[in-house]
Amino acid sequence: MSMTQHAEPAVTTPPASGPKATDGRTAQRPLALRLLARPEVGVLLGAAAVYVFFLVAAPPVRDGSSMANVLYQSSTIGIMALPVALLMIGGEFDLSAGVAVVGSALTASMLTYQLTLNVWAGVFVALLVSLGVGFFNGWMLVRTGLPSFLVTLGTFLILQGVNLAVTKLVTGNVATDDISDMDGFDQAKKIFASTFQVGGVNVKITVVWWLVFAALATWVLLRTKYGNWIFAVGGNKESARAVGVPVTFTKISLFMLVGFGAWFVGMHQLFSFNTVQSGEGVGQELIYIAAAVIGGCLLTGGYGSAIGPVFGAFMFGMVQQGIVYAGWNPDWFKAFLGVMLLGATLINLWVSRAATRR
Amino acid sequence: MHRHHRAATLAAVVLSGALLATGCSSSSGGKKSEEGGAAASAGKATTPRMTVAMVTHASPGDTFWDLIRKGAEAAAAKDNIKLVYSSDPSAGNQANLVQNAIDQKVDGIALTAAKPDAMKDVIAKAKAAGIPVVGFNSGVDDWKELGMLEYFGQDENIAGQAFGERLNQLGAKHALCVIQEQGQVALEARCAGLKKGFSGKTDILYVNGTDMPSVKSTITAKLKQDSSIDQVVTLGAPIALTAVQSLSDAGAKAKIATFDLNKELVKAVQDGTIQFAVDQQPYLQGYLAVDSLWLYKNNGNFSGGGTAPVLTGPAFITKDNADTVAEFAAKGTR
Repeated sequence: MSMTQHAEPAVTTPPASGPKATDGRTAQRPLALRLLARPEVGVLLGAAAVYVFFLVAAPPVRDGSSMANVLYQSSTIGIMALPVALLMIGGEFDLSAGVAVVGSALTASMLTYQLTLNVWAGVFVALLVSLGVGFFNGWMLVRTGLPSFLVTLGTFLILQGVNLAVTKLVTGNVATDDISDMDGFDQAKKIFASTFQVGGVNVKITVVWWLVFAALATWVLLRTKYGNWIFAVGGNKESARAVGVPVTFTKISLFMLVGFGAWFVGMHQLFSFNTVQSGEGVGQELIYIAAAVIGGCLLTGGYGSAIGPVFGAFMFGMVQQGIVYAGWNPDWFKAFLGVMLLGATLINLWVSRAATRR
Repeated sequence: MHRHHRAATLAAVVLSGALLATGCSSSSGGKKSEEGGAAASAGKATTPRMTVAMVTHASPGDTFWDLIRKGAEAAAAKDNIKLVYSSDPSAGNQANLVQNAIDQKVDGIALTAAKPDAMKDVIAKAKAAGIPVVGFNSGVDDWKELGMLEYFGQDENIAGQAFGERLNQLGAKHALCVIQEQGQVALEARCAGLKKGFSGKTDILYVNGTDMPSVKSTITAKLKQDSSIDQVVTLGAPIALTAVQSLSDAGAKAKIATFDLNKELVKAVQDGTIQFAVDQQPYLQGYLAVDSLWLYKNNGNFSGGGTAPVLTGPAFITKDNADTVAEFAAKGTR
């Protein structure tokens, strides 16, 4: 993949001076085409189509509180889809992302309960553990040069086993104990799992965090040196290294960013459900990756955006809940989800082809 | 030396975290507030050491299956049995595990037949090798045909019907049966039984049991979509507790009742947020399955005369009897 950057201001007007002879190399392409070439446009159209579709097909979706529910579901996918997308732009995968969420929640919950600590102590240590797992993934990758698919498949299996075995060892059960009556719980719940009212509609705080993180990720990608590095290492590692990009640092930090996301979603699950079951989270990693891919990130790296996965996650949440709101036969749910995903990727493909054709 | 510097920073952060942790303990809840209570234990049999293999279709990390295993372990400890536990949700792999047990020449096999056809060959092989096989938990319709010695479990369909009849008494009109694993035979049988016993309308909803936020919002969505639902029926304790939140999110007035228990759920029954729970007593299933193999080996006994299953449920847990169950649930054995 070549390095594909989309940082130029979008407001420049095409040259006004008629059909003057140009050689085609320096000509500004029309604004519409340049917009279409952005990675998030395909998914934006797809998400809008799905939204309108369910607005018509499922009357309850028109209600504000239903929208809040869809956004909540999307946000729990979306918060993780963001770092997963950045990692994918940086050219790597993380298959351990789903169980890492549960691992983080288990760590915080068990530490707090078993040592009878303030909840914040558990939350803090869980963050360290999550970042540590990310660091391990990145470090293994850089050290061994193995594909990230293999390295993170390893950590996925290890974490899955550790989650279960350690929980069983420590608590004697496979689920953690209820920590909702412990010091600091209410405070932490306010940050990770509270609800607030907007015009009579109850909105979950994760929706706000999701959008804040997305804005932050967009800024980092498009306006900072680190963002350039991400595109560079995902495009071509060797040439990136040749021009002085710190490849090792970039890759490891991207994995640690996924660790941070896993910690955040893990804390949300812990503080909204009070206990954690150790077997959860398996299979979620594919949903995060799917949201990033639907959001226009290339599986091969070097291309993508942070806004795209936001719409990707929204599309996932909308379809998942929309089918229920529409009251359709639930037997078909997975099949329908699959069709929607394929459809979205086809739109993506078509749009980017149409936009880059001359 | 860049990396060394960072490693040092990391170590410092970890250390300060540990210090912080020791300095701030919680004044309420936690391990310190737990009351001491020993697990059920009795003497140990003096019969010769024997080996029993327990092979289930459990997915790892599920609270329900953990209780089965605890029951089996309790019986094994008492009967001087070496228990070899293994499980795999995929039927083919489970059959391989049974074959593995036959190769190890165990003295008895206890297995769940969630997908009976896949178990047929290995059960025949075990019998040919002279190893007694007992069934439990799943396969109530097929254990005789498969040639198993006896069966311990709940007839999911009958349990579903009893559940439905209880709902009739409570005056429910429109029930939502929430299935956390699409296509799982036992779960589908519960909802089918519910439909049969319940005189009102029954809808089915599939949720993704490995992702709680998604379970929560999907149940919320369904309650919004159909406001005539006045009864939510869940098929697992964690799902029931999550449904409580869905109800308040959707602003719905429906009531919740569930299959299966755990200790938080017993609390919820005690304080009335959940109407009742139907317990199939997994601990009892695991215990009886192992104990029965000991009896068969040492005294030739077997239950049900090879024709009738031993039913371990349905046992209804309501506000009236929750207190007696709570004590055992808190220990993680009920």
